[in-house]
Amino acid sequence: MSEYVLEMGGVCKSFPGVKALDHAQLKLRPGKVHALMGENGAGKSTLMKCMFGIFKMDEGEIRMDGKPVTITDPMDALNKGIAMVHQELQPIPARTVGENIFLGRYPMKKALGFIPIVDHKKMYDDTAELLRKVRMTFDPRQKVGELSVSQMQSVEIAKAVSANCRVLILDEPTSSLTSNEVEALFRIIDDLKAENVAVVYISHKMDEILRIADDVTIMRDGKYIGTWLASELTTDKIITQMVGRELTNLYPLRTNVPGEVVFEVKDFTSINPRSFRHVNFQLRKGEILGVGGLVGAQRTELMEGLFGIRSHTTGEILYQGKPLPITRPKDAIDHGIAMLTEDRRGSGIMGVLSVADNISISSLNKYLDHGFAINGKKVEQLVQDNVQKMNIKTPSSKTQIKSLSGGNQQKVLVGRWLANDPDVLILDEPTRGIDVGAKYEIYCIIADLAKEGKSIIMISSEMSELIGMSDRIMVMCDGRVTGFIDGNEATQENIMALATQFE
Amino acid sequence: MNKNKQSTGAKIIGLIKGNPIVLLLVIAAIVVGCLKDNFFSWANFSNLMSNTAIRFLIALGVSGCLITKGTDLSAGRQVGFAAVVAGILCQKGDYSGRLWKFMPEMNIGIVFLIVLVVGLVWGLINGLIVTKLHVPPFIATLGTQTIIYGISLVISDAQPIGGFQKIYTTLINGRIGDTRSFHLPYLLFVAAIFGVLFWFIYNKTRHGKYMYAIGGNEVAAEVSGVNTTFTLIRIYATAGVMYAIAGYLLAAKSGGASASMGQGYELEAIAGCTIGGVSTTGGIGTVPGILIGVLVFELLKIILQFLGVNPYYNYVVQGLVIVLAVSLDIRKYIAKK
Repeated sequence: MSEYVLEMGGVCKSFPGVKALDHAQLKLRPGKVHALMGENGAGKSTLMKCMFGIFKMDEGEIRMDGKPVTITDPMDALNKGIAMVHQELQPIPARTVGENIFLGRYPMKKALGFIPIVDHKKMYDDTAELLRKVRMTFDPRQKVGELSVSQMQSVEIAKAVSANCRVLILDEPTSSLTSNEVEALFRIIDDLKAENVAVVYISHKMDEILRIADDVTIMRDGKYIGTWLASELTTDKIITQMVGRELTNLYPLRTNVPGEVVFEVKDFTSINPRSFRHVNFQLRKGEILGVGGLVGAQRTELMEGLFGIRSHTTGEILYQGKPLPITRPKDAIDHGIAMLTEDRRGSGIMGVLSVADNISISSLNKYLDHGFAINGKKVEQLVQDNVQKMNIKTPSSKTQIKSLSGGNQQKVLVGRWLANDPDVLILDEPTRGIDVGAKYEIYCIIADLAKEGKSIIMISSEMSELIGMSDRIMVMCDGRVTGFIDGNEATQENIMALATQFE
Repeated sequence: MNKNKQSTGAKIIGLIKGNPIVLLLVIAAIVVGCLKDNFFSWANFSNLMSNTAIRFLIALGVSGCLITKGTDLSAGRQVGFAAVVAGILCQKGDYSGRLWKFMPEMNIGIVFLIVLVVGLVWGLINGLIVTKLHVPPFIATLGTQTIIYGISLVISDAQPIGGFQKIYTTLINGRIGDTRSFHLPYLLFVAAIFGVLFWFIYNKTRHGKYMYAIGGNEVAAEVSGVNTTFTLIRIYATAGVMYAIAGYLLAAKSGGASASMGQGYELEAIAGCTIGGVSTTGGIGTVPGILIGVLVFELLKIILQFLGVNPYYNYVVQGLVIVLAVSLDIRKYIAKK
């Protein structure tokens, strides 16, 4: 009997033009939480997808209980007791919780003794039992689309637990959770540990890792760097191993000087009564305004409202004293406002199109010959300028953007907006799902833009990022602005106090 | 950048791997050509070119809809409608079976312009239904298809229309060179002009880039400031104009028109685009690909005709080729996962 429930060794995997995994390895002990860490593009998700049978390994082996196994596809992985909760949840919103959990393996019974039909009663009873296990209380017959993100995640975990898994992979489970929800998740993980499940925990959040993990494996550029006991590690040590270099400054020194007020929002209210309401704020030239709050505080909705993606009833937006009529994104863009959206895949990249097409799409008017023909050389120049300025890693400008790592995709999107030379830049979670090195590069870009006199609004759910980058922080709670804090005086405590000021 | 440069041999092998169905049909054509005397004749070549030319115009029209994840089922009926309108307006002044006797004999150039406007209107209607009423393109054009056919029947009185002005039929069926030796039909040049025009629009203009962007991710395109509504309306309107041109040419080429003309052409056009690599999941498709797709389909028809296959079986074979071609094309993307 092996000490490990599952071992992966010598795993290699190549994609066209990229070696994603280069002799990676991972050994999981039963009843322990194993954190898998590394910058984005380090190969964590690829390794997990190999374990879960989504990708085929080029080389390498998987052993369970010491015996070599091959995993052909996700169904096979589930049968062997491996379950995965994906970074981006993929539920079927129009179906019920029970149907989502038992998708593909509905409990059956025989009608009239021979017609196989789905046994709904058993399915919903079992679902209720599973939901109790993950400490959730909602109705198994509720449509998944009506649940919050954290509830959906609980459903996914319940689904994994229902497969009687021995190995559970959680890929960035807390990226969209509030701190209360994170606590709930940790309690579920503790329950699973008690049942001897080996949990693989992928996250960028150091405090979580140090709190919950027993073992930590660090990867860099598809290679295995090492495995440590979490108790031996510190945040600094993890970062050093992940990036392979000492990170001296987590945030760049900002030298921007906020000037006069250029942008003003007055009594801005959504058409949706549960969303943002009576929002007032001012933004100065060259200022970085952080926007803090819990998930669900309607920060994204407010910014999408200002940008014309969502509708508002009352309120106005003033730019240099003049009201801006904004009803759709194009109006905002024409008035020098840009917005990097939160959902990179949903409203950011155009996956099958090239890096060049993605970066130039909102500024095509600038590359025209004779007023109508796009000059390919000017577009190529734009790509090359951005590749150099932001250190974008792409095989060529014609590469499909979906094959780049998240950080590089984000840089391309930042480039898309900068090509328009906006005065006001709204950044919604600009560093979400981005590795430490690329994060720092994006912070530098933001600081430079502010110094150039651009006004920046930055939504962030990372406290340290808000405090480290903002001149001023606007905090929201439940659709209302609950206060402003000067960047120098901001602490996690005073932000959280405003963020939890529920009526 | 040297990585991208391959040897000519490798390029050819890559091309064959990428388009096995095309290679298969070219081989089939050569085999049939060796077996049947008239296959490699100028007449047959000219016939293939003319057929392909008209289908190519229709396929270009529908391609924009497909690239933006839509479709246009009204294409064939719009072709028929344009053919009926062109046919009625191009009848000889002294023809006894004239449908609209009150009307003086019309200049065929003016008729052409009228037909273009008619196509534009149908296209605009489709575009407005899709963008303003938010009806999915499949359903929207299923509806307009039926409406257009009905109106075609009404205005043509469900009768075949003949007795065209001589200049109309001779001009459209004209050719450069002698019929018995090397010659090129005018239709080939029409197709070439539109092929180049569409290549330019798709690759070099904002409209083209916006079209691919909408196909790639409509929400992202909207957020990036692309006027998705206007772009989509323009795509459906352009499509309508292309069907109108095809209808105008088809009536003259056939020497007659009727409401049933063009029936099923939308499916052939969609099949041609898909065989040529236009992805129905959006954002992908090139003009040369569409040309190859349409050409392959027309070549297949001629091969079957020369082999003396029972015409009913033609449909079976054509259907098989569509499924086979697309399944092979999709393998390219699956393999990369």
